[in-house]
Amino acid sequence: MFEAVLWISVTFISLAMIGLIYRVIKGPTVADRVVALDAIGISLVSVIALVSIVLETSAFLDIILLIGILAFIGTVAFSKFLEKGVIMEYDRNGNR
Amino acid sequence: MTEMEIVKFFAGLFILLGAFLSLVTAFGLIRLPDVYTRNHAASKSATMGVMLVLLGTFLYFWLIEHHFNSRLLLGVLFIFLTSPVAGHLIARAAYNSGVKLSDRTVQDDLAKARKKMKAEGQLK
Repeated sequence: MFEAVLWISVTFISLAMIGLIYRVIKGPTVADRVVALDAIGISLVSVIALVSIVLETSAFLDIILLIGILAFIGTVAFSKFLEKGVIMEYDRNGNR
Repeated sequence: MTEMEIVKFFAGLFILLGAFLSLVTAFGLIRLPDVYTRNHAASKSATMGVMLVLLGTFLYFWLIEHHFNSRLLLGVLFIFLTSPVAGHLIARAAYNSGVKLSDRTVQDDLAKARKKMKAEGQLK
């Protein structure tokens, strides 16, 4: 029963990731693609949690934190690049 | 044996609800009209879904495998803190880089506020 629930959940999340990849490819603006990529990173975290239950190991659970941090940093860098054209500006006053 | 069944029921319930919320996120991103509404769908239901899945995983590892994994709780806390911040940053970057709102949008308060600030000379 629990095994069936796990596989149903993996199927749901995989279908969700396929839909998000559709939005990454088609998305009219760059901001759409960044939103979809952020959601893919978040979905990858739950896939890793389910895989570590299926394989009965806790070795993958460190990767969850790693992917969460990387997804957040990637989203912040993309949005700063969209807004200002640079990721890290040199001027302390904020005007390039 | 029965305690195991109860724990497995609740862990499976949390995981199934989380996976369903991930599916809801994908439907929102495909169906909604513009980037602001899509961002709303992505930053709320995806966060709730992944938090439920991680909570179910934590319960499973804690009560079935007897392995208290604090990194899972740390991951839940981190995603709960950072996902709204990331959503807000993308929405602000989209607005400032000139992405148009949907045709069906009836209210844009930020445009009025920006026009007023520009008239007072505070904004460029």
